[in-house]
Amino acid sequence: MKKLELIVRPSVVQQVIDALEETGAGGMTVTQVDGYGKQKGQTGLYRGTEFPIRLRPKVKLEVVVTEEKIESVIEKVIEVARTGEVGDGKIFVLPVEAAVRIRTGEKDEAAL
Amino acid sequence: MARKLLFTVLIIIFLAIFIGGAAMAGDPAAGDPAGNATGKAADISAVAAGHPTLDEVAAQVGKNKVGINMTWMLLTGFLVFFMQAGFALVETGFTRAKNAAHTMTMNLMVFLVGALGFYLVGFPLMFGNFGAVSALGGPPILSRGLSIGGWNILGNSGWFLSGTAYDVTVIALFLFQMVFMDTAATIPTGAMAERVKFSAVAASTFFISMLLYPIFGNWVWGGGWLAQIGAKLGLGHGAVDFAGSSVVHMIGGAAALAGAVVIGPRLGKYNKDGAPNVLPGHDIPMAILGTIILFFGWFGFNPGSTLAATDLRVAVVAVNTMMAGAAGGFAAMIYHWLRYGKPDPSMIANGTLAGLVAITAPSAFVSPVGSVIIGLIAGLLVVEAVFFIDRKLKVDDPVGAISVHFVNGAWGIIALGLFADGTYGEGLNGVTGAVAGLFHGGGYGQLAAQLITVAAAALWGVGVSYLFFKAYHALAGLRVKAEDELAGLDIPEMGVFAYPEFPLNADGYGVMGHEGGTQRVHGAITSARPHPLPDHLPDS
Repeated sequence: MKKLELIVRPSVVQQVIDALEETGAGGMTVTQVDGYGKQKGQTGLYRGTEFPIRLRPKVKLEVVVTEEKIESVIEKVIEVARTGEVGDGKIFVLPVEAAVRIRTGEKDEAAL
Repeated sequence: MARKLLFTVLIIIFLAIFIGGAAMAGDPAAGDPAGNATGKAADISAVAAGHPTLDEVAAQVGKNKVGINMTWMLLTGFLVFFMQAGFALVETGFTRAKNAAHTMTMNLMVFLVGALGFYLVGFPLMFGNFGAVSALGGPPILSRGLSIGGWNILGNSGWFLSGTAYDVTVIALFLFQMVFMDTAATIPTGAMAERVKFSAVAASTFFISMLLYPIFGNWVWGGGWLAQIGAKLGLGHGAVDFAGSSVVHMIGGAAALAGAVVIGPRLGKYNKDGAPNVLPGHDIPMAILGTIILFFGWFGFNPGSTLAATDLRVAVVAVNTMMAGAAGGFAAMIYHWLRYGKPDPSMIANGTLAGLVAITAPSAFVSPVGSVIIGLIAGLLVVEAVFFIDRKLKVDDPVGAISVHFVNGAWGIIALGLFADGTYGEGLNGVTGAVAGLFHGGGYGQLAAQLITVAAAALWGVGVSYLFFKAYHALAGLRVKAEDELAGLDIPEMGVFAYPEFPLNADGYGVMGHEGGTQRVHGAITSARPHPLPDHLPDS
């Protein structure tokens, strides 16, 4: 089991959710987040004075999938989330030690 | 089952309307759908019903005139009251989310406190020597004041709207004038927002509603010495301020200036080298909506100041108000756009309000051409004033209240001395002839009276409120603790967040504004999540 943390543009969230569903994700957690990477922030203008807006709005999707699905998920997400411009986001892959479905007590892959 | 029942009820209602409506269509005892036959001689109160005498007709006509005028005065007063909503939205939108409950509630509280202060002390001081409310046909009830050597300085009747002042004409005047006072009293809250104590605003509102506003108001609108410099010194018609560029806006703006100077800038507003930082407002749509509501209210503020719907000049007043507001917002938008590449929403809002403030005094005395010129200049003036106050004077005014109300209030008073076109104001302040400014053959007399009015409003307004704020600050403190200011005033001052959750960028530093703590919701303590402050903020 691996956990994928996907940071993507807010404008492609629906497509990324579709892509995750198609590649077999049983569920996910989606959060509105702010942050910056290579794209950095942006410059605002208020009452004649420029000011830095250091963070940009992004969306973070967290999903746990079985190991064999990782490659196809990543491939599919890149397909829908890539614009080619700076700011398309990132995918992080993390190991998951265990999973438990609270309702039934099922463990690990059965709990996904 | 429920769906079937609903469908049946709907069918029955439709059938009833179709069948019943068709059956009643030819009813001979019908009403008067066109309205042509409604309202006739029988509606005039007469001893012989339907055959009124000439005197009875005249009495009815007089009553109708007063009724129309009183309706106008009350209705426009209600519109001016609604401007309180505009101020609340503009000030809250242009400040940060962490202070929103505090900023918004201040704007309601000012009305509550101001209504009592004006009732208890302000109204009699301001209008005690007003004379008869002639548009309402009232008797000269308000006719006692204080004067020195023939110069009136204070009114002294109408206390508690009781005794002889328990009179419909006086009470209608009170409603209209109270909401004007409220406009002045709520201006300083914008300039002192995000660091002022709620209690200090309550105290200063008593001061403004009881003393600062009414005393100056008496001098201009209550037959006081500024109104007398026309008849006594030959300076035009004396101080002429149709709807309050000086009485309302300069005085409110003066208190805003004094208050902002005494309380000092918000933490983080200026760097050690004096360079200003941007602390952007958190809800621009809210502020723009507030601006539109204020504009709407201004159609009560200026046209209502005829105090009479039977004064048909009211149409000119309304159009002048409309055009100056539009020209002001337009000029500010274009100026900012050309200079910085973008049409700043807050400057468009400030420009619109600046045009409205500037036309407030001259709205009855200038032509539409004059009003457009006055508005355009106001729009340019407000942008420059904002930069000057923010960057040169280094006075922190989060919403631009000083630039909008004080600076453009002064411009409006002076503009009247230039653009008044000699078509209106016959006999005003006891001076024969209409009001004419420098550009319309009025010479320098009216302009001089206007300049004296500006000087008096600035000296009285800034001077007296500076003393008040200084004294209050020394005795009780105007400003919240630094840690409360950094955390946001909502919890420390009000006990509740405006928005229990808001986005990361809300306070301009890219961090949450709250430092954690507890929040009180309907008496129950709930925990608020802790949010660490970033290390680049000043220590509290």
